Amino acid sequence: MSLVKIKTKINGKEVESEVEPRKLLVHFLREDLGLTGTHVGCDTSNCGACTVLLNGKAVKSCTMLAVQANGKEITTIEGLSKNGELHPIQKAFLEKHGLQCGYCTSGMIMTSFWLLRKNKNPTEEEIRKNLSGNLCRCTGYQSIVESIRYGAELIKEKEEQQEMVVR
Amino acid sequence: MEEALELLTKYGEDAKVMAGGQSLIPLLKLRLASFPYVIDISGIAGLNRIEEKGDYLEIGALATVNEIEENYLIRERYRALHEAAGLIADPLVRNRGTIGGNISHGDPSNDLPAVMIALKAKLELSGRNGKRIIDADSFITDSFTTVLSEGEILTKILIPLSTRESGGCYIKQKKNAGDFSVAAVAVNFVLDSSERVKSAGIGLTSVGPRPIRAANAESFLEGKKVNDSVAREAATIIVSESEPSSDFYGTVVYKKKVLLSIAEEAINLSYERAMVR
Repeated sequence: MSLVKIKTKINGKEVESEVEPRKLLVHFLREDLGLTGTHVGCDTSNCGACTVLLNGKAVKSCTMLAVQANGKEITTIEGLSKNGELHPIQKAFLEKHGLQCGYCTSGMIMTSFWLLRKNKNPTEEEIRKNLSGNLCRCTGYQSIVESIRYGAELIKEKEEQQEMVVR
Repeated sequence: MEEALELLTKYGEDAKVMAGGQSLIPLLKLRLASFPYVIDISGIAGLNRIEEKGDYLEIGALATVNEIEENYLIRERYRALHEAAGLIADPLVRNRGTIGGNISHGDPSNDLPAVMIALKAKLELSGRNGKRIIDADSFITDSFTTVLSEGEILTKILIPLSTRESGGCYIKQKKNAGDFSVAAVAVNFVLDSSERVKSAGIGLTSVGPRPIRAANAESFLEGKKVNDSVAREAATIIVSESEPSSDFYGTVVYKKKVLLSIAEEAINLSYERAMVR
């Protein structure tokens, strides 16, 4: 099968690649770019372990072809921390222990990131509804929901600190 | 658009159109289906607009389910559509999946065809020889089978403008979050000045080989005020118009019981909403 040239912006960096047209985005990220933080959990488009941001929206990278990412921006779990410092949502999952085996965690965090972008102060119900595409077989979700609420607080604190600095 | 139609005409049955790919890619990667050519139309500009224009709310076929769910106008005035959009699969799928794909896939368990039936929508189909407009309820003829002819694409959804006298809802009974339904029902009423049902639209999901219009229940309700006994009788008629089969989601008896219950609820709720002006 002949290869197709694609240009993408991945975690802020322009990337030019040649991919097979049938290759799924998740395989492109993991195998071609070595971004193995994005996981393949089910292969049937159910579990959300492969969640990444496509132009800012959370999507399943196993249910999209790499060629469809041409001209688009992708953010993976590797793109959240800045200068070696974890993103507040990552910190929240760490502190509130929003994981057990950790397999679903990168997907959970990417969906949470998208949720907190559009809704800074979600209710528990909104959090649970937004997580319905991300399956966790360990935690029973309770600690994940707590992590996201705590993440929302941490983001708010950080934004307030930044405002103080600007003033 | 020109290019897509040209390719579609050139490759004929060897080609499959992909929009959001949320049904098609799982089919392809699980090897349940294969096509020599997949034509990705998701990059066609301007095909995702949502706007009220003339007598219709026009929705471009590439509008994502998430865009529909979050659209203010649809949330305020087209409740059945808003509610159905928010119940499709999960938020990640809704960020990619499109209204056009949900309808033209022809899956009797997809939610939006029944909503189109309830809202008495029309569909614009585009081919190389021009466009034609058809009633949404004649679009899906059997499981995964539509009236789209070779080289044609569903391009626009036309929903008659909602008025202050209308109200509707979508109720979906699921076993698991993100799953398809056991049964689901879309209802939309327009009332007259004496609070009688002037026009009823009722569409059913997952209870037959294709989405079903409950035409007998619609005509039973038209001209009536809805109360508990009217709603119950209409729900019984709706069940008699369904054609479910036993499968993973339940037996025929179970599905009919579920349908009876949600149909009654949907009729009462829609009437209540139409009364609130």
